[in-house]
Amino acid sequence: MSILEVSNIRKSFGKTEVLKDISFTLEKGEVLSIIGSSGSGKTTLLRCLNFLETADCGRIAVDDNVLFDSSSKIKLTDEKVRENRLNFGLVFQNFNLFPQYTVLQNLTLAPTLLKKDNIAAINQRAFELIKKVGLEEKADAYPCQLSGGQQQRVAIARALALNPKILFFDEPTSALDPELTGEILKVIKGLAAEKMTMVIVTHEMAFARDVSDKVIFMDGGVIVEQGKPEDVINNPQQERTRHFLSRFQENKTI
Amino acid sequence: MSFLEVTAFLFDGFKISLLIFAVTLLCGAPLGLPIAFCSMSRFKIVKSISKVVVWVVRGIPLMLQIFIIYYVPGLLFDYQLFGQIDRFMYLEYGISDAGRITAVLIAFTLNYACYFSEIYRGGIESIPRGQHEAGYVLGLTKSQIFRKIILKQVIKRIVPPMSNEIITLIKDTALANCIMVCEIIKNAKELAATKAMIWPLFFTGVFYLVFVGILTIASGRIEKKLSYFRS
Repeated sequence: MSILEVSNIRKSFGKTEVLKDISFTLEKGEVLSIIGSSGSGKTTLLRCLNFLETADCGRIAVDDNVLFDSSSKIKLTDEKVRENRLNFGLVFQNFNLFPQYTVLQNLTLAPTLLKKDNIAAINQRAFELIKKVGLEEKADAYPCQLSGGQQQRVAIARALALNPKILFFDEPTSALDPELTGEILKVIKGLAAEKMTMVIVTHEMAFARDVSDKVIFMDGGVIVEQGKPEDVINNPQQERTRHFLSRFQENKTI
Repeated sequence: MSFLEVTAFLFDGFKISLLIFAVTLLCGAPLGLPIAFCSMSRFKIVKSISKVVVWVVRGIPLMLQIFIIYYVPGLLFDYQLFGQIDRFMYLEYGISDAGRITAVLIAFTLNYACYFSEIYRGGIESIPRGQHEAGYVLGLTKSQIFRKIILKQVIKRIVPPMSNEIITLIKDTALANCIMVCEIIKNAKELAATKAMIWPLFFTGVFYLVFVGILTIASGRIEKKLSYFRS
């Protein structure tokens, strides 16, 4: 049984069709990387799965529990959408931490408002997560006092604070320099080792190859190629994939 | 009249200025928020009505609005509402000008609420979408996101334009003398007319200056208090 089943997702903005019939599945504990050029629909796909956009067509199921089905007549209520979102965590490209709250408060805000647990337990879990991303000394710092890499690590911890079944990353290192990128990739690798189910939209090809169980290459709103990372990245079958990866392959041989 | 007597007489007028200031701020600042939400509404009709109201209120001189509020009940319904309040309050309680001041308070509150609403709207719309989205993916409701995440960032951003507007407000209270409300300038003009003293008119500037000084210090304190985060 797949933890995530995505079938026939379509999404248009006005006349531009951004997603054309996207389907894939993900097993529990797997890491999926989505690669592709800018404008290929990767981010829109992630946003549809997190209900930041509503897909025009298709079906999304988590653990055989249907979250979204365009053929169903029942309209999604705001409450159902919120419930759906709690299956997932999302880490943004530009962190989106809450600037007026400390690191610890960024983690505890949502669990407290959603009354997930008692305050002591929420605080304890938040502190454990801060420790896990190596920022225990920064628990009482404000986001503006942190580096980009530290902010992104807080954002990962914040997404984990609600115990999501699947964690999504939308280009988590694109706003960071190469040195800071390393610390984020290390945290994600750590989570992969713990068998956290993750979907990562990324431009870091070497990282995608090393960390993922499965890679999807998207172009023009369709999945061009998918499979094991060594197949898709090292030995692409489609011309479009080969072209996209040519620069990466060149660098590797140097 | 001695300097102290003049000062006391002017201060009596300044109390009315302060009253107009305080009521306008206490009623206008909250009233601005629903107007701001209407201006940002998804419903086109609500949005259009709100935009037209803001356009009219900001587009007409405040002095003219005071005249309109004061005279319109008499012209439309042949009932001098504010004159009647003036008479009633004077005869029953010995309070003068109550009706005129009410008319001024209505005009000021409406006028400033519209200006405040545009400051709020600008502040709310300047917060990046990502802040809302970060709240959404954490399963929060729209109202939780606004109250717990957006509001404080908006307040931080609107302190400078709001203090600007509030400083203008205390000086605008002088417009109340257009319908003979005894605020500070009106009292000073009365001294000029009845006692042939012109210096009290210029002296009123000191009252405004001191008060604006206090407002400037207060707004600086608020800015400093909110400087612990950047947004």
